Amino acid sequence: MEISLIDLEPGKKGKIIRIDGGFGFQRRARNIGLREGKIVKKITSQPFCGPIVVEVDEREISIGRGIAMKIMVEV
Amino acid sequence: MKIVLMGNPNVGKSVIFSRLTGADVIAANYPGTTVDFTKGKMKIEGKTFEIIDAPGTYSLMPSNKAEEIAKKLFDEADLVINVVDATNLERNLFLTLELLEGNKPVVIAINLWDEARHEGIEIDLKKLEKILDTPVIATVALTGEGIKELTERIKDAKAKERKKTSDDEKWMEIGRIVKIVQKVRHRHHTLKDKLSEASIKPVTGLPIAIFVLLISFLSVRFIGEGLINYIFDPVFEIYKIFIMKIGNFLGEGFIHDVFIGKLIDGEIDFMQSLGLLTTGLYVPFGVVLPYIFSFYLMLAILEDTGYLPRLSTLLDNIFHRLGMHGSGIISVFLGLGCNVPGVLSSRILDTKRQRFIAATLIGIAIPCMAQTAMIFAILGKYGIKYILIVYSTLAIIFISGGLLLNKFLKGESPEIFLEIPPYRLPNISSIFKKTWMRVRWFLADALPWLFAGVFITGILYSSDIISKIANIFSPLMQPIFGLPGEAAIPLLMGFIRKDLAAGLLLPLGLSAPQLAVAVTILAIYFPCVATFAVLLKELGWRDMIKSAAIMLFTALFVGFIMKTILI
Repeated sequence: MEISLIDLEPGKKGKIIRIDGGFGFQRRARNIGLREGKIVKKITSQPFCGPIVVEVDEREISIGRGIAMKIMVEV
Repeated sequence: MKIVLMGNPNVGKSVIFSRLTGADVIAANYPGTTVDFTKGKMKIEGKTFEIIDAPGTYSLMPSNKAEEIAKKLFDEADLVINVVDATNLERNLFLTLELLEGNKPVVIAINLWDEARHEGIEIDLKKLEKILDTPVIATVALTGEGIKELTERIKDAKAKERKKTSDDEKWMEIGRIVKIVQKVRHRHHTLKDKLSEASIKPVTGLPIAIFVLLISFLSVRFIGEGLINYIFDPVFEIYKIFIMKIGNFLGEGFIHDVFIGKLIDGEIDFMQSLGLLTTGLYVPFGVVLPYIFSFYLMLAILEDTGYLPRLSTLLDNIFHRLGMHGSGIISVFLGLGCNVPGVLSSRILDTKRQRFIAATLIGIAIPCMAQTAMIFAILGKYGIKYILIVYSTLAIIFISGGLLLNKFLKGESPEIFLEIPPYRLPNISSIFKKTWMRVRWFLADALPWLFAGVFITGILYSSDIISKIANIFSPLMQPIFGLPGEAAIPLLMGFIRKDLAAGLLLPLGLSAPQLAVAVTILAIYFPCVATFAVLLKELGWRDMIKSAAIMLFTALFVGFIMKTILI
């Protein structure tokens, strides 16, 4: 099933399959470590539409909701 | 020859820079510590090289102002030292490949080598060097391991014509390289990981945040007060006997007024005498320095552990509503020390709009530590009540100012997209070195202005210009702020040094509520000259005028409201 990082449940893992958005954004996402094929684990999401936190390659990244919406994972 | 240190954010470029040049630069455990470049010199085999520490960047296609600076520095470089995080080789190699394709000689320092080993990561440097066809050296910048070899291998780096590749091709190539050179042993989750998760999940993270902030605040206060009560005040008591003798020797007259100042009840009053050797020394050393030291000590610990980006994540939500994002919290922390680095650090925010909001809010509502120390010294004797009134007012201004600017300013405020560094145990000697560096900078920046301020006010007070200024401002000060016309002088002096300006309020015989109003307006109405200069540099004339207008208006508005409620 394909869902965005927003819908991934905390504690669950997913494999990045697609990054939506413009070229600049895709590049930035890949550069910070979120690339197609990477396994991400969602650590938490902050309340009241705060950012979500995922772990990829043993690194934690905090991501705003609008950005997280564009990163699709398969679970 | 110009050598530029380049690498992803938070890989230790600044520490390597310090090692190479012996120059002092601030390093910390969060991405975006270096927002400007620092130049230094290094000698290798008799030849002198210019070394530049660039802000961290993920690629040569910049996405904020700090990264733009990095890109520009790359274009000007004759040779690049690419600092790579050994614990995150794959991601770091993207920039490496980009740098190599730039046809400049590149030396690669695989830094944090000890940490990688500790985490069970093995990298075959020989193979990596062969594949990349350029010198590769393992380093541990913090201890200096590998630095000598790094300098020795600089001469081996040659510019090579390399094939330009697309992003996709680069990632494919990186995948291939990592497979060949890197081995990762399976890693067990450690206490550090658990702590990291706990401090970022809201349920546990918020209590931890409150605890950390409270402890930090109490420590700053405890250490600052302790230094004042047990070291600085006793020393100044002894100094007072000595300086009284000098005063008697000088006798009355101009020289006495300049160096010793006025006697109050036949004695020197360090806060009110306004002589260069009395107030001019007491304000910076006796009142402000202890707090500067204790604040920067705590800040260094917060910076080096890596806690700040976690706080950024927890508070991102609030800061996003104020038109910034979580990274703004780092600017606020730096601004609480001194507004100048606070404003500069706003470069890690993505857009001009975010930077304008951050810089303006820091200028308006974040009093620097020098000011805070004076506010504590002045209002402390009336109990905590008035101090709380001042700081809650500033907090309300910060929040409502942010909400309003976010609502009415055109443009975008992108969301947080921030790498959270691993927790690290701070190195005691680095902490003290960094604190000492900042204390030294404070003294170097503050003393000349303070002396100038004390000198000018001393002269003003011994002439009748003071009463003329008071008369001019009286019709404004009284009805709007409930303050006497003379209070205009400290406010005007606030442009030079706000700590001194706060001290100038003392001789006016104001009541506690009047003092609270005065120090609050002093904090808001206009930045000091040093902050003004950096705001101008960062924002440009147009935005600076806009920002100043907001400050002035806020001061009038808030001052009036406070007067109406308090006085």
